[in-house]
Amino acid sequence: MTDVISAVLLDESVEFSLSELCSLCSVTEEIVVEIVAEGIVAPTGRERAQWRFSGVALTRVQRVVRLQHDFGVNLPGAALALDLLEEVERLRRERR
Amino acid sequence: MEFKDYYSIMGVGRDASADEIKRAYRRLARKYHPDVSKEKDAEARFKEVGEAYEVLRDPEKRAAYDALGTQKPGEEFRPPPDWQYEYAGRPDEASEHSDFFEQLFGGLGGRASFRSRGLDTAGQVDVTIEEAFRGTERRLAVQRVSVDERGRPQPATQELTVRIPAGVVDGQRIRVASQGQPGARGGPPGDLFLHVRLLPHRWFRAEGRDIWLDLPITPWEAALGETVRVPTLGGRVDLKVPRGSQTDRQLRLKGRGLPGSPPGDQLVVLKIVTPEPRGAADEALYRQMAAGLAMNPRQSMEGSS
Repeated sequence: MTDVISAVLLDESVEFSLSELCSLCSVTEEIVVEIVAEGIVAPTGRERAQWRFSGVALTRVQRVVRLQHDFGVNLPGAALALDLLEEVERLRRERR
Repeated sequence: MEFKDYYSIMGVGRDASADEIKRAYRRLARKYHPDVSKEKDAEARFKEVGEAYEVLRDPEKRAAYDALGTQKPGEEFRPPPDWQYEYAGRPDEASEHSDFFEQLFGGLGGRASFRSRGLDTAGQVDVTIEEAFRGTERRLAVQRVSVDERGRPQPATQELTVRIPAGVVDGQRIRVASQGQPGARGGPPGDLFLHVRLLPHRWFRAEGRDIWLDLPITPWEAALGETVRVPTLGGRVDLKVPRGSQTDRQLRLKGRGLPGSPPGDQLVVLKIVTPEPRGAADEALYRQMAAGLAMNPRQSMEGSS
């Protein structure tokens, strides 16, 4: 196959709706609502139907779901781990 | 097919209790979890540990595995002719397994028995700063496991060319839609997520979308203020060095960094390079400066200690 497949930057410029996010992360809407309530990601838009999540938010949701599942921690614990991991990654990048 | 010693993968004895196995798993998961680990082969190790745990945590599977006896890891393995294992199949446990696992615990190996989305896969790409600026293409080999009608996994390696858009930054994740594992029973495929790493450059250093450059200049360019040619990712530009500049002065070339909204800037750090005196004429020039341009750069340090 010689087709070239385009990759999309998962930055602030891409947007996903709640249902897109749910299907990409294989989670229910309720779980995303809890993640938003925990302050892990902040969608734009007031009502759920208008919620839009950035590419950065997608990555955070995927990671927090994995951390929760794989380490058996609750959501606040996974959120804390995620914050600390991102901090470590930032510091490592700065040190290079 | 290679025999897998799940006990040694977990670092526990064959008589380990369920609690010991759980503790070992938690410890190894923290060490090798791809989200947490900085080990090089973290992902492969994490899968291996996950598979070992999946067998050893389940008393039924563990008993079946123990009945195989011991073999050296890596040894050629065939299941005994009387091997029978009926796997109940928990659809939430869809994950990738070794051939060894698949052979023993069924082709379904926890793979969903109903329509479901394929697993996401992950990879890493290293790009140069120039490639990040312009965008680039990468040929990648991806492992795909599809399931045939009889529920047996069919692994295959596929090559694909991925277009990486301009404006990736170090640590950026990019998504290649539908290029993960195929879905089960007609479900949509998963995605391929790539983690981008920027390779170091001779002159340029990226910080997010901003590009830093140390620019060597002469003392007279710094003192008199002169226009100099500066390399940027988009080509050379003219930069006016302000009169009376010192080393470490930062000048900003707006929008000359990595593309994006907003695009990054290029930050130029002036570095004054002093000519080496070669011969009497050069020395005379320096002495002339010493006499005519009297200054003491250490004035602020004097008198204190």
